[in-house]
Amino acid sequence: MYRILKKQKLNASVVRMEIEAPLAAKHARAGQFVILRADARGERIPLTIAASDKARGTVTVIYQIVGGATMSLDRLEAGECVADLTGPLGRPSAIEGLKRVVVVGGGVGCAIALPLVRALHEQGSYVVAIAGFRTAEIVILEEEFSALADEFYLTTDDGTRGEHGNVCMPLARCIEGGKFDAVFTIGPLPMMKFVAKTTEPYKIPTIASMNPIMIDGTGMCGCCRLTVGGERKFACVDGPEFDAHLIDFDEAIARSRTYRAFEAAARARHCNLYQRSENEGGRYE
Amino acid sequence: MNNSRIPMPVQAPEERIKNFSEVALGYNEEAAISEAERCMNCKTHPCTAACPVGVRIPEFIACIKEGRFEEAYSVVRADNALPAVCGRVCPQERQCEGSCLRQKAGGPIAIGRLERFVADRHAAQGGTPSKAPASGRKVAVVGSGPAGLACAGELAARGYAVTVFEALHLAGGVLAYGIPEFRLPKRIVNQEIAALEEMGVTFVKNAVIGRSLTVSELRAEGFAAVFLGTGAGLPNFMNIPGENARGVFSANEYLTRINLMKAYEEDAETPVFRAKQVAVVGGGNVAMDAARCARRLGAEVTVVYRRSEEELPARREEVEHAREEGIGFAFLTNPVEVLTREGDVCGLRCVKMQLGAPDASGRRRPTAVAGSEHDRAADCVIMALGTSPNPLIGQTTEGLELRGRGEIFADENGRTSLRGVYAGGDAVTGAATVILAMGAGKRAARAIDEDIRSGIL
Ligand code: FES
Repeated sequence: MYRILKKQKLNASVVRMEIEAPLAAKHARAGQFVILRADARGERIPLTIAASDKARGTVTVIYQIVGGATMSLDRLEAGECVADLTGPLGRPSAIEGLKRVVVVGGGVGCAIALPLVRALHEQGSYVVAIAGFRTAEIVILEEEFSALADEFYLTTDDGTRGEHGNVCMPLARCIEGGKFDAVFTIGPLPMMKFVAKTTEPYKIPTIASMNPIMIDGTGMCGCCRLTVGGERKFACVDGPEFDAHLIDFDEAIARSRTYRAFEAAARARHCNLYQRSENEGGRYE
Repeated sequence: MNNSRIPMPVQAPEERIKNFSEVALGYNEEAAISEAERCMNCKTHPCTAACPVGVRIPEFIACIKEGRFEEAYSVVRADNALPAVCGRVCPQERQCEGSCLRQKAGGPIAIGRLERFVADRHAAQGGTPSKAPASGRKVAVVGSGPAGLACAGELAARGYAVTVFEALHLAGGVLAYGIPEFRLPKRIVNQEIAALEEMGVTFVKNAVIGRSLTVSELRAEGFAAVFLGTGAGLPNFMNIPGENARGVFSANEYLTRINLMKAYEEDAETPVFRAKQVAVVGGGNVAMDAARCARRLGAEVTVVYRRSEEELPARREEVEHAREEGIGFAFLTNPVEVLTREGDVCGLRCVKMQLGAPDASGRRRPTAVAGSEHDRAADCVIMALGTSPNPLIGQTTEGLELRGRGEIFADENGRTSLRGVYAGGDAVTGAATVILAMGAGKRAARAIDEDIRSGIL
């Protein structure tokens, strides 16, 4: 049913998969996500749509191998099928009319930043892309970003590649030096929190793509709830993108750790090969 | 003639709190016949009048008396598409059994248990449903919960090619994700769905109407009519401080993890929160289900309800079973804050309530008693406060008229403001019962059939 057409490792623990799913591909747009299950016992894994192809009837997702569910998914190879795939879910990114935009991706979040950069590029916006990683070894999608963005900055925490430091440094320079309509940010929660802090004094509309724990993805369970501007929002139907200046990031960070102990046990059960990244949300990118 | 109601054999409480298997074990033939013999076949048939789908109850009970079980099943099935489900989950004490004239003479006839008996016996026997000649027209049903299944069954019986679209990876709606295994075994739900498939109904899972496909696209794809049975899935919260702490869940989330994702099974991939002391807020069936699931996962559980025992909206049997399982009740108690320590739930601050004059629902309105604030220990709080309709279809279907909280506007036969689009069940009424949703699904199916035959569609 949902056949894997291509599988490609982007770094030691990040994998790109193109999957046949005509129903999800039909209306898929940048910013939306799918939920898939590797097998009949599998957890429902929310993954942002990295690319989609209506003609081929496929969606492409990028996942990081971080827990039991993604380890099960990673056992499948091209030619095999995932048990279920639902989508597109969530609202598409609101990019219409934006002329000058900065897109800030962190770690595997860059996988979601890329389709956004592509969509902006295609509508003729001037796009600055900033991608941050822990270290050179895990840098992904560098060529793709360079090809699509008008300006591209790469940072690593340890200085092994690109600029030494975090994404907020090039971001601060950009917004100091020019006028931008919006900043989009996608990555670990602490990073997005600091991106929001960086842009706040400049009053630049800043949008964060949130990745809370999810089950159904249709507004039924409420486990993806966030506080935005003092109001309760469900990331799966009201988002996943929200005004970063209004998001209660500390609460989101606390909630993302609900199943820490369970996840650690599941990882230990599967194997000890992989290390979970900072990004402890439900969306395993 | 027997005088009092034949008791239902059940798993002993000390046993069943350690498993998720069905609690009520069902009548055998002998028990069913003895119970059926208690029916006086009174002239007025108040039971049938009190049944939301009008099952001819005295007639099917008369068949049981004479051991004609298959015939009894046919009588029930003529008006109720899911008898094995309804026999287990209907609030009989407020419907058929509540109106039984034997109330004071040994208790009402156990109509629900007899309904379950004939349905289970029929399923064990196995039988092929009859297929109607194909009409050549296609109908789409959105949502595979009680309303959708009843609508699909009725349409298939009338010869329509029915496709049911379900957002989740399993069909059944609330029967699959909401009601626990120990109250409604999933094999029963699967049987009902398999029976519909045998009648020619197609199920398309993982299809979110409003996102994967819109209602107007369904019409454009050649579906003569679309029935919306999308239910009331959106969980309500209290809007009190601490409600987003780690350890606070909607009952929907908690139950979905357990029922749909089987998180209670050893080595399940989906986690469920393992708590020591759980407070469940609410008093309906969903609250009882969540409380009893938490108990089975090893927690001490208290149900916190703002009105008194008398007003509990849950099925009486569920309340009794919950009590037997050692679940505590704090009546006339209302949470005002979830207490937290470093982001984790550590308690529930509540106030005492008193009942005043009746409110719009006819129940006495609870008000807080001044100075009655007190704290209860808890490391997990489950909110079972009811649900609102899911807004997805409303947001993505132009011209579909909605009401107050986003319920779809539909007349008593399920016709909405859009030609060719029908709706029924919780999506129209707000959260109600399985049987009412089924009744609505069935009425809409008849309206669809009528409108197609008369050439409107
Ligand atoms: S994932 Fe269940 S409501 Fe959002």
